[in-house]
Amino acid sequence: MIQKTIDIILDILVILFLIGGTFSMFTASVGVLRFPDIYTRLHAASKGSTLGVASILIGACIFHYTEYGIISGKLILGVLFIMLTAPVASHLISRAAHLRGAKPYGTLKDQYQEAIDKEKRRQKQQQKSK
Amino acid sequence: MSALQDNFAGIIQMISIICLIALSVSILLLIIRVMKGPSNADRAVALDAIGINIMAFAALLAIILITPNFNDIVLLIGILLFIGTVAIAIYLEKGDLIDTEDD
Repeated sequence: MIQKTIDIILDILVILFLIGGTFSMFTASVGVLRFPDIYTRLHAASKGSTLGVASILIGACIFHYTEYGIISGKLILGVLFIMLTAPVASHLISRAAHLRGAKPYGTLKDQYQEAIDKEKRRQKQQQKSK
Repeated sequence: MSALQDNFAGIIQMISIICLIALSVSILLLIIRVMKGPSNADRAVALDAIGINIMAFAALLAIILITPNFNDIVLLIGILLFIGTVAIAIYLEKGDLIDTEDD
């Protein structure tokens, strides 16, 4: 009796995780389509997609536990891997886009560009003094 | 109680099929961004998001087909996706992937 109740609760958890993850991924892709700027698009894609895929993988892990009685370590490893690599990849893409001259939408000041210019000037002065 | 559990098995199958349809629509939206994208970095972002959607696809297919054999594929797609995204980003930043100049 208790085992059956636990199984039903786990099934409801699977359903909630799947629906929540799909909602998050769908809104992330709508954001990638609708936002005006590369940086805001990255914000939508990296955060929303990461949350969505983590939720769906955890739902699948619970489903495998109720169906076979195994805890699938590969799915948990996939969640950890996505959480490690998605920020790194989006940081690399945004740095490359800034180097290629993408302007932030709706802002007047670009502090990262100012910092890069300052660093370059400092290096030139060091070379001159040598 | 047992009948309720059987009902839940059917509901999970149905919901995963609905989730597959929603993810297909979201991949379609991302493909629009890949084709439209003003710069190459936009295309890289959309391709990264498409790969993450395909990972979720594999997990949902494992639920629908009731098999644990798709779990390896989730990890494999994740690793290949990361390598591909890093390669695209380095190509956008430096202009070539491998330094051929000897110094």
